[in-house]
Amino acid sequence: MLLSGCSELTVLDPKGPVGESQKDLILYSLVFMMGIVVVVFSLFAFMVIKYRDKPNRKENDYKPDLHGNRTLEIIWTIIPVMIVTALSIPTVSTLFDLEKPPESSNDQEPLVIYATSADWKWFFSYPEQGIETVNYLHIPTNRAIEFRLSSADSMASLWIPALGGQKYNMTGMETILYLQADEPGIYDGRNSNFNGEGFARQTFKVHAENSAEFQNWVASIQNEAPELTQNQYDSLLKPGLEGKMAFSSTHLAWVDHGTNEGRDYSVVRHWDAFGELLHLENGENHEHK
Amino acid sequence: MNADGSNAKPLEYQTKEGQLNILGFWIFLAAEIVLFSTLFATYAVLFNRTADAPPPAELFEPGTVLVMTFILLTSSFTCGIAIHGMRRGSVKGLMTWLIITLILGLSFLGFEIYEFVHYAGEGATLQSSAFWSAFYILAGTHGVHVTLGIGWATLLLVQLAQRGITSVTSRKVFIIGLYWHFLDVIWIFIFTGVYLIGMVV
Amino acid sequence: MQLDEFFVTGEPLIYAGMVAIVLVTSAIIFLLTYFKKWQWLWREWLTTVDHKKIGIMYILSALAMLFRAGMDALMMRTQLAFPDMNFLNAQHYNEVFTTHGTIMIIFMAMPFLIGLMNIVVPLQIGARDFAFPFVNALSFWSFFFGALLFNISFVIGGSPDAGWTSYTPLSGAAMSPGPGQNFYLLALQLSGIGTLATGINLMVTIIKMRAPGMTLFKMPIFTWSTLITSFIIVFAFPILTIALALLTIDRIFGSQFFTVTGEGLPMMWANLFWMWGHPEVYIVILPAFGIFSEVISTFAKKRLFGYNVMVWSIILIAGLSFLVWVHHFFTMGAGAFVNSVFSISTMAIAVPTGVKIFNWLATLYKSKIQMTTAMMWALAFIPSFVIGGVTGVMLGMAAADYQFHNSYFLIAHFHYVLIAGTVFACFAGLVYWYPKMFGHKLNERIGKWSFWLFVIGFHVCFFPQYFLGLDGMPRRVFHIIPEWMPLNQIATVGAFVMGIGFAVFVFNIYYSYRHSEREKTGDPWDGRTLEWATPTPVPHYNFAIVPHVESHDAHWDMKQKDKTIYNESKLEPIHMPNSTGQPFIMMAILFFASFALVFEWIWLAVAGLIGALVMMGIRSFDYDEGHHVEVDEIKQTERSARRL
Repeated sequence: MLLSGCSELTVLDPKGPVGESQKDLILYSLVFMMGIVVVVFSLFAFMVIKYRDKPNRKENDYKPDLHGNRTLEIIWTIIPVMIVTALSIPTVSTLFDLEKPPESSNDQEPLVIYATSADWKWFFSYPEQGIETVNYLHIPTNRAIEFRLSSADSMASLWIPALGGQKYNMTGMETILYLQADEPGIYDGRNSNFNGEGFARQTFKVHAENSAEFQNWVASIQNEAPELTQNQYDSLLKPGLEGKMAFSSTHLAWVDHGTNEGRDYSVVRHWDAFGELLHLENGENHEHK
Repeated sequence: MNADGSNAKPLEYQTKEGQLNILGFWIFLAAEIVLFSTLFATYAVLFNRTADAPPPAELFEPGTVLVMTFILLTSSFTCGIAIHGMRRGSVKGLMTWLIITLILGLSFLGFEIYEFVHYAGEGATLQSSAFWSAFYILAGTHGVHVTLGIGWATLLLVQLAQRGITSVTSRKVFIIGLYWHFLDVIWIFIFTGVYLIGMVV
Repeated sequence: MQLDEFFVTGEPLIYAGMVAIVLVTSAIIFLLTYFKKWQWLWREWLTTVDHKKIGIMYILSALAMLFRAGMDALMMRTQLAFPDMNFLNAQHYNEVFTTHGTIMIIFMAMPFLIGLMNIVVPLQIGARDFAFPFVNALSFWSFFFGALLFNISFVIGGSPDAGWTSYTPLSGAAMSPGPGQNFYLLALQLSGIGTLATGINLMVTIIKMRAPGMTLFKMPIFTWSTLITSFIIVFAFPILTIALALLTIDRIFGSQFFTVTGEGLPMMWANLFWMWGHPEVYIVILPAFGIFSEVISTFAKKRLFGYNVMVWSIILIAGLSFLVWVHHFFTMGAGAFVNSVFSISTMAIAVPTGVKIFNWLATLYKSKIQMTTAMMWALAFIPSFVIGGVTGVMLGMAAADYQFHNSYFLIAHFHYVLIAGTVFACFAGLVYWYPKMFGHKLNERIGKWSFWLFVIGFHVCFFPQYFLGLDGMPRRVFHIIPEWMPLNQIATVGAFVMGIGFAVFVFNIYYSYRHSEREKTGDPWDGRTLEWATPTPVPHYNFAIVPHVESHDAHWDMKQKDKTIYNESKLEPIHMPNSTGQPFIMMAILFFASFALVFEWIWLAVAGLIGALVMMGIRSFDYDEGHHVEVDEIKQTERSARRL
């Protein structure tokens, strides 16, 4: 029952190879941890039940000056060392794997998406397709996505738990995160790093769809969505909440916040706006989706 | 240490209180080392991040800094002579050399203030870039320490004049001696790590 | 500045808080005046340099802070109980979790433990006070005024709202203008002075003032953990001092350390903060280990198993604590190699910690466990902490951490180690040393009620949060989605049960004060270490005659050999320091200077700083030599205390 319950938890039910490797690592470590817990809990229960100060305890059962045992102490030093070693090896190898696109889609180049966080919204720019979306994301399945993460202002963290772990978005530098969806579906994505009043609403939906559908979607945005102007982009950067939007051009034409030149683009334009409160409430104006 | 051999420990170590204070101060200096190390690390990380302000190589002047270094090193030496005077039991020697030390410290501060004003005039202020912030705070923290040391030693001079060399005053003088030498060592690192490297790179 | 900018307006909860503050303050002033206790307060408490009284003041303040930050926690749990809850809005929720975290770590956990150290360490090593009693008073008042400064932010000026980690650039001048963040920076700075001073003070005390015969490896284990903790304080706190100072200068004087403009480096804050912050969590856990060791060995009626290994593992943990700070931001993109190194160093801490767990278990082997309240807190620690520990190792695996980071899995982990470790230890230690402090035990029956309520509430509150994390719930969100509701509701129920447990604990203090039997022997638990060799109430000079120590568990040893540390014929006059109001006044002045700086009233702040310097000058000319307690007085005190 516990296992079936767990398999519904997003992180333990991943939809892509990155999340899969992390789930495997978590479950692998969980086996060791359960072992430790079982051993310690049993010893603990044994000691506490057996050695309570009861009236009819035998005298030779009480050794007040027992104060050490070299062999035992060496054993219970070596066992944790072995466990730590057993955990380190797969950790390190997974760490290095995660710096590369997943192997299962090696036949294709990863799709590059610039994911830019701004208080409190997401911009997703597809430079090859020449399109940009705000607060939602479409990706093709079975193809690695190379997210180039940066932020226009405060530090954020792009996290799509169904697809894999997160990485920070920081202004003035670029971090790269590879994710991939193998199953089509709609997944939750968000900023997981607290960055101010609108933080809880800095979420987005990830639409993972097969390659053909994705191409159709791209074409429709290219044809139907308006171009993004610098003026409009600048006003979108102003701290606040925005709905979903799509554009047939990207803001990368005039600024890349992941570079040293682009680091203070938003802050100098909206200096006074950061101090203003949104008076953000929970309730009717907000749908839990 | 004393010639008569009756009492091997110097005066400042003779009371329990003196020993505790001196050990406590050594530990305080350890904390100060961490404090300055953090500032040095900050400076190193922010090195070259000058933004629109002039780079250090354009502004640093070897002449002024060499003079400052010479002054501060000399003051450390005169401080040592002052302590030696105290060990000999000469209030006059102690106070004279301490005053000389303080005058040297003051002139060091004068040069530092001149230097800061000069840089600020060239457009390198605390606000102008991360690098200059780090520079001013690192050098400035050292400068504030020197200032506090001067104020503190002045108070001790008054006490020496009032009370002469006792186990308490000798302990206080010994401790400020440690402090003064410590600031000298920190300056050596600022001189090499900030100015020499800043002029070369 | 308008008055409505100075006071926080428009929040009903905060208005209620203001009314409560005014009422409580008036009541205190009235009571002190009515019972003519002002002089008593000044003479006995505000000017004291006695480590025992200072310790009591630390603990009382820490309990008040536990109450305040606990209320914050209950407010958060209420807000998260339902998806549509609108009890706190986003901004208010952000302020509440910020103050909850900051107060719990800086103004609750540390002062509570430092309070216990204050009371216990000199008694355990056979000393008559700290090495620097004046500095000790200074430390307390710096903590006290720091806490005061932090707490008034919620009615004056507005609370900080950038999290207890206060990450830049969010907490910088551009994105968090106004006094809120300044309160955080200056309150921590002010209390940090005291913490560093206490670290130095305790180190010198333990190194130099141990009773004759007490070699380092005969010291009680709590004293050992205090010594190591002091080392960590001395080497970690200056990093915080600098980090806070740089951010303060950024915010108030426009420098560019952590800014987005001027090529500042916001990520440097995270590094500096955690280079202090990780050692900091060991500052609050190592003394806890020490307390558990003392309590377990006392109530197991058995020597601590593997004393030397216990000491060395503390030292090893302390050393490693400086080498793992990057694990707080594996997700910053430092690369696989850096993350691997810090991943392994993090997991390595599990080794000495695991060894300690096994040593505690071995201490229980062939023992005679007495189920007192203090022992129950200590025993509950072992399994609870193991859960926190193993999930800590999981978090240390960087590749997996990408999924755990910033989620409720992390929240569950650190509450499991900090509550099961530090808070249980605070309760265990307080119950255990309570008779030494106040001359009577806490009621055991009520104590066990509070224990069970708190421990069960704790597990009910935090165990579900592991699963919430795995289900993708991030920390610090002010509302939940419907899928997360059931587990959140369970957690909220648990939190309130913990709250009841704490209330019962506080009630127990009152109840025991009224009804508990007064202590006669000074050794109510059949203790093992020197603090139990003193009579109760402990005379202000602690030991009439400095004891000679032959083994660890010195008092146990003496009892076996039928020896006592008191011998009337060997009394000599005792030198003790005088009380002084200077620490209180000096820190009150610094408090006003800091307050002025919070609102960026620079000249007022400078005036305050000059005032503090003047106080230091006055101290420099203060040749107060203290006083001697004469033999007759000692005799009288000891006879009445020992009922001879």
